[in-house]
Amino acid sequence: MTKTLYDKLWDSHFVTDIDGEGLLYIDQHLIHEVTSPQAFDGLNQKNRRVRRPDLTLATMDHSISTQSTSLDACGPKNALQLKTLIENCRQHGVVLYPVGDSNQGIVHVMGPEQGLIQPGMTVVCGDSHTATHGALGTLAFGIGTSDVEHVLATQTIRQTKAKNMRVLFEGELPKGIYAKDLILALIGKIGHDGATGHVIEYAGSAMSAISMEGRMTICNMSIEAGAKAGIVAPDAVTFEYLKGRKSVPSGQQFTDKVAQWKQLYTDDNATFDKEVILDVSDLAPQVTWGTNPGQVINVVDPIPALSSFANENQKQAAEKALAYMDVKEGTTLDSLPISHVFVGSCTNSRIEDLRAAATIAKQGKVAKGVKAIVVPGSVKVKEQAESEGLDEIFRAAGFEWRLPGCSMCLGMNDDVLGMGDRCASTSNRNFEGRQGRGSRTHLVSPAMAAGAALAGHFVDIRQF
Amino acid sequence: MEPIIKIVAKAIPLMNNNIDTDQLLPKQFLTEISRVGFGKHLLHDQRYLDDKEQVSNPSCVLNDTAYDGAEILLSGENFGCGSSREHAPWAIADFGFKVVIAKGFADIFYGNCLNNQILPVSLPGNIVDEIAKACSDNPSQKVEVNLDTQTVSCGSIEATFSIEVHHKQNLMNGVDKIGRTLQALEAINAYESRIEL
Repeated sequence: MTKTLYDKLWDSHFVTDIDGEGLLYIDQHLIHEVTSPQAFDGLNQKNRRVRRPDLTLATMDHSISTQSTSLDACGPKNALQLKTLIENCRQHGVVLYPVGDSNQGIVHVMGPEQGLIQPGMTVVCGDSHTATHGALGTLAFGIGTSDVEHVLATQTIRQTKAKNMRVLFEGELPKGIYAKDLILALIGKIGHDGATGHVIEYAGSAMSAISMEGRMTICNMSIEAGAKAGIVAPDAVTFEYLKGRKSVPSGQQFTDKVAQWKQLYTDDNATFDKEVILDVSDLAPQVTWGTNPGQVINVVDPIPALSSFANENQKQAAEKALAYMDVKEGTTLDSLPISHVFVGSCTNSRIEDLRAAATIAKQGKVAKGVKAIVVPGSVKVKEQAESEGLDEIFRAAGFEWRLPGCSMCLGMNDDVLGMGDRCASTSNRNFEGRQGRGSRTHLVSPAMAAGAALAGHFVDIRQF
Repeated sequence: MEPIIKIVAKAIPLMNNNIDTDQLLPKQFLTEISRVGFGKHLLHDQRYLDDKEQVSNPSCVLNDTAYDGAEILLSGENFGCGSSREHAPWAIADFGFKVVIAKGFADIFYGNCLNNQILPVSLPGNIVDEIAKACSDNPSQKVEVNLDTQTVSCGSIEATFSIEVHHKQNLMNGVDKIGRTLQALEAINAYESRIEL
């Protein structure tokens, strides 16, 4: 029987059937301070232990300051949450990369850069952007806290199998177009719930040409189309990325691993429940205009007219979004003034993202009245960027250079937008109030964010 | 956990599509380290005019006292999309809801509901709209949700819904899922030996 890569990953991790539901083994469980305290509390109440602390790894990312390494920097509640993580990890023997540690970073940046995430694995985390790790040929998905507790206690998870979907990105990627533009364009095409109930496998000629970090950006936002997970079959790009990383074997062992990893592909003639093809060769930079990532346009195009929406539901959603975002149908975004720029998040805070933003940043100064921050995804990314002088470029242009964390993507620290602020953001969600009550988020690529910072409004980055 | 079999209660129509978990429970409440007390923060930005939750927004349906005692929440497509935060279903349950009827659910949220003894019921859009209209016209209107027979009724409106058998059994029996999985410990041990983890 022919199988998709998802089918193969499912089968190789299938432990047993419980009351008709699949029980899957989890190879790597990543945890952070926000979604784990209640899970550890649940374990402790029942005198249960973490079954495999060696397959569990914790970091601090959501609740931390990007301006100080003090746990107390963002107030007593954040501090208590961070200290609770320290205590839980200590009690249960889980390795933790706290603030200040040279391995600390956003959970979805830190994991792959350590080489911890390898093809063929199952990976879960109490965070919806766990799909990021699928870029390495893993089955990776976000879970709630009850399931975090379940994984801590049993190293398994109960699952109903999802459907298979394939997205083919075809064609040659034009200049100024990035992985972020591809995934935004896809969500624009299929909708905010266009992949609900499915695991997406990304393939096609454009996908093969995209770097590992770009693939992570794409898989990361699978959830924004409602997908359970996003996967890319491992190839030469994957193996090259993994070679020499901390947790990856070397020498003959690496060669043997690569031979195994090469078996991880979708069989010819395997069937998908859904397939979408997107030609990227004419794609323009993408900017969201509304309050979900599917409300997105080419930077050169006008916001769609309300009369153009296919059904009443979409029209109502668009009407509500236009009002919240204070933008008008039929207008373009290129002259819309912004107040903030955020370069960071698990979607776009890796070294290639910072390089792309810096290439633009060095061509000018942040416009008057715009506050722009750059938040690297991990200590390792920060160090790499500094060794390349990117921090100097950003500072010289008027950007603030911060410490690693989730920061303004969701504003659990003090990086919060105010009422009416308008932000060009490289993060993943433009929901109402996501970056602060009454704030307005436009999702873009790092280059587009940097361009907007210099101009004070959105610009077509291809003109730079 | 308390079993769910049949709920007969008022239902609050919150009929927008794509109500995400950021709206259901905003980030400033995610620093809590317990599972309790989130109900008062449910839909914070829409429910309160101020950040300290002292000034209620009269236009928010959750503040309409005509719906006091409601145990069913009605909503649109893609309910619970976005963040995996289980704080959102904790808030829904703490507010008093036992059932969410929507035109569609995001996957992670759906699973989180099941793990918290909240019954997620997915129904066709026109049926949810009809129920919402009935409950909007008459907030005292009771809606009956029967998990055993997988039926929803509201006045003359009747509908059936589907749910995986194992999810239904877990909800009807209030099963401790971890305890149940641990009964399969031998299979987990065998898996680990087989793949030399």
